[in-house]
Amino acid sequence: MMASSYNAKEEDGHHSGASSGTGVSKNKKPDNTAFKQQRLPAWQPILTAGSVLPAFFVIGLIFIPIGIGLYVTSNNIKEFEIDYTGVSSDSPCYNCAKNFTWNTTEPCVCTVNFTLHQPFESNVFMYYGLSNFYQNHRRYVKSRDDRQLNGDLSALTDPSKECEPYRKSGDVSIAPCGAIANSLFNDTLVLYYVDSNNSISEIPLVKKGIAWWTDKHVKFRNPAGNGNLTLAFKDTAKPVNWAKPVYELDPLDPENNGFINEDFIVWMRTAALPTFRKLYRIIQKKSGATPTLPNGNYMLNITYNYPVLSFDGRKRLILSTISWMGGKNPFLGIAYITVGSICFCLGVVLLIIHHKYDNRNTSADIPS
Amino acid sequence: MLRRRLNRWFGGEDRRVDSRTIYVGHRPCPANEVFIPPKFCDNRIVSSKYTVWNFLPKNLFEQFRRIANFYFLIIFLVQVRASFVCMPTQTVISDIIFFKIRTSWLPLVFLTVLICSQGYEDWLRHKADNEVNKYRVTVLEDGRRIQKESEKIKVGDVLEVDEDETFPCDLILLQSSRDDGTCFVTTASLDGESNHKTHYTVPDTERDVESLNATIECEQPQPDLYKFVGRMHIYKNNEEPTLRSLGPENLLLKGATLKNTQSICGVAVYTGMETKMALNYQGKSQKRSVVEKSINAFLLVYLCILVSKALVCTTLKYVWQSKPGQDEPWYNEKTLKEKETNRYLNMFTDFLSFMVLFNFIIPVSMYVTVEMQKFLGSFFISWDKDFFDSEIEEGALVNTSDLNEELGQVEYVFTDKTGTLTQNNMEFIECCIDGHQYKYRDASSEVDGFCVTDGPMNTVQQKAGRVSVVEREELFLRALCLCHTVQVDGLMVDGQVVPPLQEQRGFIASSPDEIALVQGAMRYGFTFLGLESKTMKILNRTNDVEMYELLHVLNFDPVRRRMSVIVRSISGETLLFCKGADSSIFPRVKQEEVEKIRMHVERNATDGYRTLCVAYKHLTPEEYDQVDSGLREARLALQDREEKLMAVYNQVETGMNLIGATAVEDRLQEEAAETMEALQGAGIKVWVLTGDKMETAKSTCYACRLFKRNTELLELTVRTLEYPGKRREDRLHDLLLEYHKKTVQDGVGGNSLTKNNINGATLSMVLNSSSENNLHDYKDLFLQICQNCTSVLCCRMAPLQKAQIVKMVKNSKGSPITLSVGDGANDVSMILEAHVGIGIKGKEGRQAVRNSDYAIPKLKHLKKLLLAHGHLYYVRIAHLVQYFFYKNLCFILPQFLYQFFCGCSQQPLYDAAYLTMYNICFTSMPILAYSLFEQHISIEMLLENATLYRQIGKNAMLRWGPFLYWTLLGVFHGLVFFFGVWFLFSNPALQDNGQAFGNWSYGTIVFTILVFTVTLKLALDTRHWTWINHFVIWGSLAFYVFFSFFWGGVIWPFLRQQRLYFVFANMLSSVSAWLVIIVLILLSLLPEILYVVLRKPRGPYARQVVL
Repeated sequence: MMASSYNAKEEDGHHSGASSGTGVSKNKKPDNTAFKQQRLPAWQPILTAGSVLPAFFVIGLIFIPIGIGLYVTSNNIKEFEIDYTGVSSDSPCYNCAKNFTWNTTEPCVCTVNFTLHQPFESNVFMYYGLSNFYQNHRRYVKSRDDRQLNGDLSALTDPSKECEPYRKSGDVSIAPCGAIANSLFNDTLVLYYVDSNNSISEIPLVKKGIAWWTDKHVKFRNPAGNGNLTLAFKDTAKPVNWAKPVYELDPLDPENNGFINEDFIVWMRTAALPTFRKLYRIIQKKSGATPTLPNGNYMLNITYNYPVLSFDGRKRLILSTISWMGGKNPFLGIAYITVGSICFCLGVVLLIIHHKYDNRNTSADIPS
Repeated sequence: MLRRRLNRWFGGEDRRVDSRTIYVGHRPCPANEVFIPPKFCDNRIVSSKYTVWNFLPKNLFEQFRRIANFYFLIIFLVQVRASFVCMPTQTVISDIIFFKIRTSWLPLVFLTVLICSQGYEDWLRHKADNEVNKYRVTVLEDGRRIQKESEKIKVGDVLEVDEDETFPCDLILLQSSRDDGTCFVTTASLDGESNHKTHYTVPDTERDVESLNATIECEQPQPDLYKFVGRMHIYKNNEEPTLRSLGPENLLLKGATLKNTQSICGVAVYTGMETKMALNYQGKSQKRSVVEKSINAFLLVYLCILVSKALVCTTLKYVWQSKPGQDEPWYNEKTLKEKETNRYLNMFTDFLSFMVLFNFIIPVSMYVTVEMQKFLGSFFISWDKDFFDSEIEEGALVNTSDLNEELGQVEYVFTDKTGTLTQNNMEFIECCIDGHQYKYRDASSEVDGFCVTDGPMNTVQQKAGRVSVVEREELFLRALCLCHTVQVDGLMVDGQVVPPLQEQRGFIASSPDEIALVQGAMRYGFTFLGLESKTMKILNRTNDVEMYELLHVLNFDPVRRRMSVIVRSISGETLLFCKGADSSIFPRVKQEEVEKIRMHVERNATDGYRTLCVAYKHLTPEEYDQVDSGLREARLALQDREEKLMAVYNQVETGMNLIGATAVEDRLQEEAAETMEALQGAGIKVWVLTGDKMETAKSTCYACRLFKRNTELLELTVRTLEYPGKRREDRLHDLLLEYHKKTVQDGVGGNSLTKNNINGATLSMVLNSSSENNLHDYKDLFLQICQNCTSVLCCRMAPLQKAQIVKMVKNSKGSPITLSVGDGANDVSMILEAHVGIGIKGKEGRQAVRNSDYAIPKLKHLKKLLLAHGHLYYVRIAHLVQYFFYKNLCFILPQFLYQFFCGCSQQPLYDAAYLTMYNICFTSMPILAYSLFEQHISIEMLLENATLYRQIGKNAMLRWGPFLYWTLLGVFHGLVFFFGVWFLFSNPALQDNGQAFGNWSYGTIVFTILVFTVTLKLALDTRHWTWINHFVIWGSLAFYVFFSFFWGGVIWPFLRQQRLYFVFANMLSSVSAWLVIIVLILLSLLPEILYVVLRKPRGPYARQVVL
């Protein structure tokens, strides 16, 4: 600064300069390294019409067949969907839906008949679908205690605050706590095949393998209680809206009871969108040539426990076969075909442009 | 001006209030009955910005003037406070909280570091101030010499200063150790003129400083270095006080250094912050680059987006909730606390929660990355071996890394002349006698050092045969030896023959080219031995001492542009020797001689040499008597002394005989001309601001090709303002209008060739005229003229005037980016004023370097600094900024869109770890590497084609157009990511075992597409793939995958919710997820690929392709 102009002698004292960069040490030539001189060997790609053209064609040629394949696959998937909410008065579940009360001892049962016009050949997956159900609402999503669900004993009796207002029932802590667990989907769906003789046969539904393996085996664990779930949960209360405590979810199968009940685990994986489906049961393909679900009449027996009309929700049953890409969804096929065609068209356009540009380029180069 | 004011002073009719009275040595004077010691400021210099007390508030205030810092403070407060006060906000935060609080601390830590570093800098300044303020000086008090600290000097103190010491304050010279009452001073650190200037003692004071009883009245301090008006009353034994007028020649300025004088005594008139030097320096203000301003503008836009997003979401939330059953369905009841909270408070906290949720759109990490980029990037400047100068063994120095990118935006370069463009090292190149050119080669190779390169006679022998030629030669050399005001340094023994090999003999002169001429004559055998009691001694070729009696010196002045001496030789001949600019000599000599010389002069001038013509005249005794009496009379005149002297000068300097011309080279810095050409090629306007004389400066400009022969010069100097019958102001007005017409209004073609010369005195008229005569458009006119000229030269600039010019241009329309280059302390104020200040590590101390933002050893390095480094830095940082805004926009947009599908409940789409790590780990390194290593055009190409610099001019990459492009791209990407996955999730059963995906899978798929797309987008933009780029780009993608596996692979005991447990692995097990990721990435990148392909390869690209 100006003050220092007094001393002509002070040639190189302190640098009053700012924070940084006073990199060079005195009397030292900067290193002549490629890095410091910004001369690192470098690949310098230049995207031109010429180099991108083939890529476009290749992408187009790959994507369009994939898209077609996906589209066909998706179309081959058989899917049947039926709404059993009971909104309209002619619906079989109208009464159940209308007269719903929480504190009934006698469950309301209704039966929905439907016909499959095509046989479902391979394994059939049975989903329940809910609409206008905000499982992704923030207050809802966070309302769980993964520690408790993982069998943590301290969390069992003292659940996380996130579970409010489903944390305690009176003074007793709820297990499993939280809004998600509390609103567990508890309709029971039983499917019957009505054959041509009008004889009714129940279709066996497999309730295992519907949840992620890691969830069932690692993330969800029952609290330790020497194999006796009733004992393990003895200091807890059942969720307010549940009819029975968690250790009675599947009393017959200890591997599917308590927190590791697969229906429960599936429910606990909150859906992304307000309209969603969750896997309910699997109908295994029988050996032999008989289709899993032959075409014909079916009867769906619903134990109607789950009210959705209060928030204008809908309940559906979905029967679907599955391919390697999952359930039926034409979107991927269409997307691939679209992107593939766009690339192909662009390839053509670019070819023209490239051709023209090339001409211009060379003609421009000649005079120079 | 000075005269007029002096007249006013002496006339006493207009006694100015703003004068100060100084009692020399604090002795009361008899005239005043009461001695009131006047109060002046002390001699303390304060250059520091803060004190211990005001540091924190003042610095904090400055920090928070940056919008971003303020914003981060607010967000930080919201996040911290909210967790204690507002429930909903808290829960949102706890959703995102995991690292969030820690990342919010980041800017705060960053801020603390900034504050500390500024505190340290200020401490250094305090230290430097102290060093200066505690400097010991000698004060004469009551006949004793007392050592005092410099800061304790009071106005009125009599100080003694020794040789080579710097004056501690502005002094009036009272006594000098030299017999003739003069002292020599160099003002290199003030105005850059390194020659010695002569200052004079006040008459009648030399003898008795100790008992001197006097008062000084002078004007209040003002910054003009060349102006000083005052008078001194000297009281002697109750006699009537004698009055002496004081001018700038009596004033020794603080900062100047005493030379060739053992010691002087002087009385302090201005001290401390009132010295002319202090008034000429301005504080160092924090410079902000244009990129930073753009960032702030963009930031405001994004803040608006953020606030409107939050507002939209809040509104929608309440609209959505108003539908029956939506707000609180049976499955999702509110807590008691939530129910009890006031509705409006709820709304407010909801709004805040959305702000927190979306606040990632304002990239905190961008500021960190920008700082890192600047800090690390500036190393490339100091590492550059091209900037290494083997002479001083130093490379470039970066004082501020904040301005790297500004180097790519420069529109005006203001350069100092002395020491910057030139080496300030005059050299006699050639002369021309009677139309014959004599070029000096090497003295040893020729018998007498002469070499005739053209002209009728080709050999020395032949030439020697013609007596008249030799006579002319000798006359010419005698003229060179006599016609000057040079003094010889060191003692000469009277009458002793000095061997002629004293090349290294010291000469002192007010103008370096006089020295060059004397030295030139010395090489040709005529050595000037010195001036002793009015006798000039010359050692001629035959080693005889010739004596000439010096009768009169007709001083140089810029109006006449010549000087003369009248000498009498031993033989009694009276001779007048005159030298001066060709334009002022040619009309005054016999015309038949002119043509022979004119050609040489013009050619020399074209070569950039400074030419002078030499003429002589015999004076008959009668003539001499007439002149002598005329001069004496004029010198004694009290009124219009200068005019009268001028009249006599003009009268005597007529009818002379032209002998020849000289050419002196003011050595340019290495590659100065090439550098200037390159800068002009880059569309940069170069202004030369110098404290030097106009002639000197002009020839330099010609030499470094700033001015070309065929260009028109528009001059605006005191000389051009001298117009019979008009006031200066009117003439100035006319001239300005005329030039304005020429440059601005007339055709575009012509004006590109005009240059402008401005003279300091005129400039001050231009700048100050507004108040005086209501023609306030002078400044604008002037500016418009200058801006339409290709180059502008401003001469006789005081340091502050240089800064004023810079400021004027800086604040003109379009606020162009200015850069100042200088090497001396006189350039400091303009270095500080300009957007970018460059210091040359020259010979004149380190002032400029210390105050500069960048320091380079030589002027030639400016080319690479601007064209290559500046260009690259700008492109890098501009891309960095745009990319950051883009990547955060397409990061947050899906989050925003998700609100429409989750009841506007502030549910984050991504997991907390992803939210936090996105900017810190997943996407920050590739852009950092890009912003450090990118060379979209190779350095060689940039240096070759200066025009490339124009492509990025005017902040081209950060204007609203590109910003809009990037924003739209971000929006497009955000839409593609979100809705692509949304369509996919219309059936969430995406696995081949029929199992369904949940909301975290949704977020993870979107996030994966996002990370890959933004990284690949950067890869597409990268033109220069070093292994580091490869490593960082592919590495960060790999790191993302690895991290996701790792993060989802373990049940983390410290996490309350294991949201991502095996989500990523499950996603990868789904073919559909793979397919959608691939197709969406490709779809997002399509427009970018198209853009890159279709963008017409401009010049260098095309060439690169061809190569």
